[in-house]
Amino acid sequence: MCRIGSIKCREAVPPSLALRLMLPQQEGHDNSGFALVMQDLEGAFSHYKETPLLSLATTPEGLRLVADHMAALGFVQLAQWVPEVDNRAGLNMAAMPRYVFSNYDWPEVYRYRGQKDREELLLDTRLALRRLLEEHDAGYVYSFWPDVLTLKEIGDPADIAAYFRLWDDDGRLVARNIVAQCRQNTNYGIVRYAAHPFFLQGHTLCANGENTLFTRNREFQQSLHRGYTGFESDSQCLLYTLHYVHRELGWPLTYYKHVLTPLPAAEAAAREDGEVLGLIRESLAQLEINGPNAIIGLLPDGKMLACCDAKKLRPLVIGSGEGDDGDMVAMASEVCALNAILPARDKEKDIYPGERELVVVDNGLELQRWLQ
Amino acid sequence: MAPVKRKAPKEEVPAQAVSVNDLPWLVRHDAGRCVLCGACTAACTFGAIEAKLPPRGASAAEREMRKEAGEGGRPVIVQKAEAAHACTGCGMCEKVCPAGAIRPVRNLDNRWAVLSRTHGEPARRGGRGGRSVVEAPPRERTLDAVVIGRISQMTDPALDSERHTFELRSPLGRLLRPGELPLRVEDGRLVLAGETPPVRWIYPVIFSDMSIGALSTRAWEALALAVAWLNEECHLPVRMSSGEGGVPTRLLESERLKYFILQIASGHFGWNRIIESLPRMKADPAAVLIKVGQGAKPGDGGLLPAAKVAPHIQAIRGVPGATLHSPPNHQGLYSIEEAVQKMHLSMNAAFGFRVPVAVKCAASATSVAVYNNLLRDPYHICGGFFLDGMLGGTGAAYSVSLEHTGHPVVSVVRDCYRAAAGQGLQGRIPLWAGGGIGMNGDAAADAFKLVCLGADGVVLGRLLLQLLGCVGNEHGRCNACNTGHCPAGICTQDPRLVRRLDVDAGAQAIVDYMRAFDAELRKLLAPVGNSALPVGRADALVATRKDVADRLGIAYAC
Repeated sequence: MCRIGSIKCREAVPPSLALRLMLPQQEGHDNSGFALVMQDLEGAFSHYKETPLLSLATTPEGLRLVADHMAALGFVQLAQWVPEVDNRAGLNMAAMPRYVFSNYDWPEVYRYRGQKDREELLLDTRLALRRLLEEHDAGYVYSFWPDVLTLKEIGDPADIAAYFRLWDDDGRLVARNIVAQCRQNTNYGIVRYAAHPFFLQGHTLCANGENTLFTRNREFQQSLHRGYTGFESDSQCLLYTLHYVHRELGWPLTYYKHVLTPLPAAEAAAREDGEVLGLIRESLAQLEINGPNAIIGLLPDGKMLACCDAKKLRPLVIGSGEGDDGDMVAMASEVCALNAILPARDKEKDIYPGERELVVVDNGLELQRWLQ
Repeated sequence: MAPVKRKAPKEEVPAQAVSVNDLPWLVRHDAGRCVLCGACTAACTFGAIEAKLPPRGASAAEREMRKEAGEGGRPVIVQKAEAAHACTGCGMCEKVCPAGAIRPVRNLDNRWAVLSRTHGEPARRGGRGGRSVVEAPPRERTLDAVVIGRISQMTDPALDSERHTFELRSPLGRLLRPGELPLRVEDGRLVLAGETPPVRWIYPVIFSDMSIGALSTRAWEALALAVAWLNEECHLPVRMSSGEGGVPTRLLESERLKYFILQIASGHFGWNRIIESLPRMKADPAAVLIKVGQGAKPGDGGLLPAAKVAPHIQAIRGVPGATLHSPPNHQGLYSIEEAVQKMHLSMNAAFGFRVPVAVKCAASATSVAVYNNLLRDPYHICGGFFLDGMLGGTGAAYSVSLEHTGHPVVSVVRDCYRAAAGQGLQGRIPLWAGGGIGMNGDAAADAFKLVCLGADGVVLGRLLLQLLGCVGNEHGRCNACNTGHCPAGICTQDPRLVRRLDVDAGAQAIVDYMRAFDAELRKLLAPVGNSALPVGRADALVATRKDVADRLGIAYAC
């Protein structure tokens, strides 16, 4: 089982805070990996919030391939941050030769295009880079989106942090939203793409659990959208469903939960909106999950969400702190994680989302609890 | 017609004459135990046995002495050596014999394959696939080589089949793609802003289309009674297809019509009454099912032999007493899209567009092409695709059709599902599979496996008749549904035979089986951790045969 966590903070915080959130949960993961997505960046990236940021783990050859491809597309590199890694012997991790985080200016033809076109370009570019790197076995591309940075690696989370000098807190890598996971997906072999959180067009998601309807989800999603690809982990389906409901269909966020875990037919039929719920269920039956899953998601506008499957077998807790706790909301698989970074919070106010509940945290750190 | 008998001169061996040993079943009679009650000869609907005084070996003097003493011979039950009166092995004689003196036994040395065709007519029989010649082994079933191999444990826990709430419902009707739903966002909520095709969520079992002419009225009534009971007392929304041949007016005008799927086939039998009843209908039927073909005799139409066309059947169908043939095709239909749309539009219109309309076809190598055409139909007309596999069939069919034509249902269901999934259209037109479901008595297991392979539900036919008391099987026992002499009173209109069937007991047997089916289905859903039907969840299955695994695209296990 993996462990998941997230932090949403008024002030930008370093990834070491996410590590402090994740490491106490170590009994629940196997030290086989660590991954995080940071959104609403400050520090080294504060001047480039509007330009897409590419997160890569690659080989020197891959770096050249990517540079050529980006140049051919008309992307102009504005900035690049290469972590100064601590390459000492004995660290338990499988490092790639190069980690590159580059900001690009939009190609000339996209300078006056609309938001939608730009978002499609970013997706197509990432997918093309992924194919390119796969063809040459030259690395991985995790995200390509403004103000979003993704780091994933195989190994012991503490050692991975040491390698990237994440413990140093030098102020260059900080963000207001961080979603993190410890342990790689082991169901289908350890590959970097299988590590949560997953990212697609501004939507980030990580999950703790097993998607028992993975096959059914995947078969349907494969033809829904070109971005629904990979499927190295069964939890990727949960991201794609979020993306589909929220972005493609444009439905209010609460319907994500209705799609994942529809109400029992009799219960839905008795409601005023029963007909709508019935239609949604009929139409999107292939996206249902039968759990068990605990889900943390992050939307393009910075809203963070949490929910569970209808079996509610995987734990998830949400705590918020003020003042000494730095005005933040944190989510985690286990409450010990919250105790580590929000020791002074009022524990009575912790939220353990129910099987019918969706919790949304907005950018003012206000929590909305919505019952299905 | 019996074969021509030649009276052989005494010196000549009658080599070409039919003997009892040429027939598929031999009647064993123990004269020592026989109490001479005559029940067996009275019960035998095929006239296969008769009481006779056997010639006895005795000298002329001895015969004379017996005659003087007033001793007659003792009659024995003998089997007729005639193909037209061949014993079918139904065993009614055994059931009625108070002394256990008589029973049929399988005759492995028969010449039935030849004898059954000697009168210039193709061999016919009822029942379903499997071989009528008794020595043939039963057909190996694909579903038996598939087991549910993905058992949830530890990380994805199994459910408690006794306590967990399961939702065992399947759609019947056209389901729209999410982008096609007429929904609008209003104050942060989705609201309905248009019409959608009618969809019924029903139990994943439909009672197959066996017409009121193919069955006896009592058998049909028992099925209908069971359906009503299952719905109203057991809360299992099972639906029953009427079969081609119409529905009694009282049912058409009853609230309970909602449990029935009205079938229309190429003969349109019974539809006058249905149309005439429309203004007085209190409820809509569950669906309309257009039968294009069936699994027992694919490419053939329906056939109701004259022997079974009783007066009340004539009345319902509006056709005088004659052998009723429903043609093998719908006249005037020349393309999948146009023809089916025409029919659907008229059927839809007849019921105010409130009733889903589905199509039933015999499973075929072309089923995927038909399904693809229906899926791509932009008008969302087709509300269900019923695939009838070659092991299906209850009524009269030519043996050659039953045994040598058709397509197994399992792979064609899988192919259809995968074809739809490849286009992201799975679930748009519900797939229902029939044909041999529950042949081994385990209908729930068969249903679960077919659901995992892509079916939304299954259609049961012959199994229901067996629950009513049918003794026919796949190994050549009875299968006389086509003769009008059904010894169980199920497939006959002979009033004396129909009375053999106890309607209430029959309905009770079906209800009990379905309750067991429901519990068994939960027992299969629980270990894979699914509380709703896992349609298309083929990863829950493994095959113990490599060829089956490869064909169905599931894991191989050994």
